Amino acid sequence: MGATTTGTDLHAGKLRALRALIASHKRWDLFFASVGVLALMFGILAFVALFFDMAVDGVPRITPDFFASFPSRRAENAGILSAWVGSTLVMLVTALAAVPLGVGAGVYLEEYAPRNWMTDVIEINVTNLAGVPSIVYGLLALGLFVYQFGLGQSILTAGLTLALLILPVVIVATREAIRAIPVAIREGAYALGASKWQTTHDHIIPYSMAGILTGVIIGLARAIGETAPIITIGALTFIAFLPPPPVQATAPFVNFEWLTSPFTVMPIQMFNWTSRPEEAFQANAAAAGLVLVVMTLVMNALAIYIRYRLRRNIKW
Amino acid sequence: MSAVLKTALPVRESPAPESLALKAEAKGLDFYYGAFKALKNLHMPVYEKKVTALIGPSGCGKSTFLRSFNRMHDLYPGNRYQGEIRMYPDNVNILAPDVDPIEVRMRISMVFQKPNPFPKTIYENVAYGMRVRNINRKSTVDEKVEKALREAALWMEVKDRLHDLAFNLSGGQQQRLCIARALATDPEMLLFDEPTSALDPIATASIEELVDELRQRVTILIVTHNMQQAARISDYTAYMYLGEIIEFGETDQIFIKPRNKQTEDYITGRFG
Repeated sequence: MGATTTGTDLHAGKLRALRALIASHKRWDLFFASVGVLALMFGILAFVALFFDMAVDGVPRITPDFFASFPSRRAENAGILSAWVGSTLVMLVTALAAVPLGVGAGVYLEEYAPRNWMTDVIEINVTNLAGVPSIVYGLLALGLFVYQFGLGQSILTAGLTLALLILPVVIVATREAIRAIPVAIREGAYALGASKWQTTHDHIIPYSMAGILTGVIIGLARAIGETAPIITIGALTFIAFLPPPPVQATAPFVNFEWLTSPFTVMPIQMFNWTSRPEEAFQANAAAAGLVLVVMTLVMNALAIYIRYRLRRNIKW
Repeated sequence: MSAVLKTALPVRESPAPESLALKAEAKGLDFYYGAFKALKNLHMPVYEKKVTALIGPSGCGKSTFLRSFNRMHDLYPGNRYQGEIRMYPDNVNILAPDVDPIEVRMRISMVFQKPNPFPKTIYENVAYGMRVRNINRKSTVDEKVEKALREAALWMEVKDRLHDLAFNLSGGQQQRLCIARALATDPEMLLFDEPTSALDPIATASIEELVDELRQRVTILIVTHNMQQAARISDYTAYMYLGEIIEFGETDQIFIKPRNKQTEDYITGRFG
């Protein structure tokens, strides 16, 4: 009887020790969770505070007129017409230049390039290019596009500069999307006698399209907010006219003069207004900033939507 | 032990030797992954319209050997063949550097370990081999797709939803779809790389039944991890170990009276 009691006591003691041990382990869970929440909140709250501060200042200025007016010396008449049109056209050029170049380079590196030291060097450098400060691209573009090629301080120059800037993003996104395709799918195509190009065209590119488009849009969302390289190539800060429209009523119906037109973009317009002393221009800057943030968020939402739509049919 | 195996084996009349024709033959085949020699001096005949099984423990080189037949190794750098695989009746060494691997793959189709349908419709999966060959006339493609799906015993299940995505099929159906895809271009030879290892027993049985029917039309080379499967469906069996063919012979002979002690140990389950 005595032996049994001792046994039970021993058992209870062991259990107590075990529970104490688990409790002490769980204290660390609680500790890390608290630290994690703090870290998360720091970032999110900072953004939310900034956004609301900007919204409070800017929302009253966001009227249809704000989108339809050119900049003006009088803050209450000033708008972002030339800025958002300029941003849109520059993004168009950027996308048209970056997508074929980036996707082509990514597909080549992943599917065609032989594995040797040359491609290793190129691969490392493509990744490094993503970290080059954007103003350096601006300097490069000033020398190459503006002076060497004589493209001037135009929409074309800005679009090509930003295309260079996001090219690494597009290349890396393309390669990652391609790598996500299982080897078995690729081998399945080759086993039916497909050539490299047939495999690439019929399988690799379509199946990696979701990832590629996501990368492109995220790249564009970065490019739309870029200020430094655009200033470097000499975008004007005060533009009170629109570029010639790309389509016209008379033959040949399309017009490429807009490519060579001077321009401004959203962040430059914003930068211009923030440097003015009058309070009213600060409100304009806040409103333009709000529009820019919303444009970026919409682009990111679009990226998520496209990814979801295109990946719906692909399961692996 | 061998008595038990004997009664479990399916009864099959032995083919008259004179009806045998060679479809392919490995002659002194060596294969290297970089510096690692994965296949060592393999000699093996593949008879026309027979099923030849490759068995052996993991890492013995059976898949490597199979993938040499359609030059799959050419897709990756650092792989090297030595020796020959001759294909008949044209008596060409399909491993020769001047033979285009694409040509070899157009003649010899393959079914993989895990079903690997393309993320396209059922119809487009089967039609892909024709697209690759620039066969695009709708009536021709329709006809071949139906024929291939019938041969793969899948037609009745999918004929009303040919334009559904292939991913919506069950695992066994997907594997039969992959077989249909491989059959649609009338290959001279069909390679199976453990085609049932990812499938449940019922789906496995249907694939085995299919292989049994296909032997009348096409030469089959199959890698299997499952010895009972080799015994059930093959006419010839090669037992491989560490990159060598230890024993090759008629399946009945290999499973009932293996000449080699190692083969016997493996098939009686003493190791592997």
